[in-house]
Amino acid sequence: MNEQDFIAQADRFLSGRMDSAERIAFERYCEENPSAAEQLATHRLFLQQLRQHADRAAFKRTLASAAERYHHPVIPATSVRREPILVTLWNRFKVNSLVAASVAIVAVFSTLWLSGYYKTIEKTTTNYSALRRDMNTVKKNVNAQNAVIRNINSEKQKGGQSEGHFGATGFIISPNGYVVTNYHVIKDADSVHLQNTKGESFRADVIYIDPTHDLAMLHISDSTFKTLKNTPYTFKEADSELGEDVYTIGFPRDEVVYGQGYLSSRTGYAGDTTAYQLSIPVNPGNSGGPVMDSRGQVIGIISGKQTGIDGASFAIKTEALLKSISAIPMDSLESRLTINRKNSLSGLKRTDQIKKIQDYVYLVKVY
Amino acid sequence: MSKLNRSVVPDADLKTVEGIALGNAAVLESLYHDYFPMVLNMVIQNNGTEEEAKDIFQEAVIVLYDKIRQGNFELSSKLKTYLYSVCRRLWLKQLGNQERAFQDVSSYEEVIPVEDDLAKHRETELQLSLMEQALDKLGEPCRTIIHDFYILNLSMQEICEKFGYTSADNAKNQKYKCLQRLKRLFFSTT
Repeated sequence: MNEQDFIAQADRFLSGRMDSAERIAFERYCEENPSAAEQLATHRLFLQQLRQHADRAAFKRTLASAAERYHHPVIPATSVRREPILVTLWNRFKVNSLVAASVAIVAVFSTLWLSGYYKTIEKTTTNYSALRRDMNTVKKNVNAQNAVIRNINSEKQKGGQSEGHFGATGFIISPNGYVVTNYHVIKDADSVHLQNTKGESFRADVIYIDPTHDLAMLHISDSTFKTLKNTPYTFKEADSELGEDVYTIGFPRDEVVYGQGYLSSRTGYAGDTTAYQLSIPVNPGNSGGPVMDSRGQVIGIISGKQTGIDGASFAIKTEALLKSISAIPMDSLESRLTINRKNSLSGLKRTDQIKKIQDYVYLVKVY
Repeated sequence: MSKLNRSVVPDADLKTVEGIALGNAAVLESLYHDYFPMVLNMVIQNNGTEEEAKDIFQEAVIVLYDKIRQGNFELSSKLKTYLYSVCRRLWLKQLGNQERAFQDVSSYEEVIPVEDDLAKHRETELQLSLMEQALDKLGEPCRTIIHDFYILNLSMQEICEKFGYTSADNAKNQKYKCLQRLKRLFFSTT
């Protein structure tokens, strides 16, 4: 029996297709030939593995399809539903309505913006007003008058009117020419001039700004400026008490103006702890003026008032001013900044105090 | 611990085991429904993705299948515990290979040792991959002839007609040659 025949026989034997006579003959043949028996065993083992492999492959396929069905369940096709008329209409005109809506939105907001609606809102929501004096209105009036005069006299007029944009107040902190005023006054300034009560005018440089406290330090750089005597007033660092009698002098117009009032709150606008609230008549131009107490100590600097509320003016505390002064870098100072510690006003009458102080208070003109 | 009595294993699990042995698609699908979310949760909580969870679960079911097919299989714990343990082991191994962190405390699921089963599974996998390689190298039509004859148990006459051989003897010759070649391929690689 050659190998091919033997394998064919073995296949039939293993698959059970032999009848009993054949099987007995085949088994006997194997018993007689040990090599044949060995070959049969190998063949059987091999076929087993072949079958195992096929079974496993089939199982893997079944498993994979089961997994597929689990992870991606087939959703039965739903019958076509008739949609309500509203839905179909919406689907058809969706794009048109979206376009129309966006056009409407753009139109509304641009109109509001163009008509200055938002500016009005901004104005009404911030009712804090800084007290610098806008001189442009004055200028317009003067221009109009000049025009009238020109028409009458047909003479050429000199442009003698003030070209300052803003006016405010400032006062000496150190006799060698250091002056403090509000930051909002000198913001965007081309040049700053100071004018004293005698009418002398000096050029000044801004040497330090402190926008958070709304403070600015100026130095009079003009050669005509002569160093003054020590300031008659001193600076009171400690908080003053409610009800304290206070006064200020400033330049709400081109002449020095006295104002009197009392300290009405220890905090400023919107609870600002670096400022006081005062009940004192102040007007645009008072910004930067000193707030004095009855003993002639500077307790603050006028900075603004609340619109729409009577008697709510605000002054920056001296404490903030002194902090700001100490924060000035040394190299931006031309000479030592000395603060007077000796008060020469305490015993004097109010009118005498003012007489002494007014030489140290300047009209700040910003161009 | 290993002394688990019969009552621990619910009848439903035994039915499932039978189904797996037969490769019943419905049983396999219900297997997914019952246990896949648990495995997905475990893998995702431990730095894995859904895809990885699918692979792990599939492999675990094949491990189970191998164990069942080896005969004398006796479920010594709940099927759920067994599957969870296998998946956990497999995932740990995969994480170890990729040096990713595993922080599952797994106090909420019982875990049984499955190392032996996994080792056997790997062995089977290796051997069957050799058979796969041999079959791949064998090519067509030999592969189909062998499959038809030995697995589907078609007669030589049917194979002769299917492949258009002139006579059954021709087909027999062809089959014999294919078988010899396959054996050579298989044993040369082992």
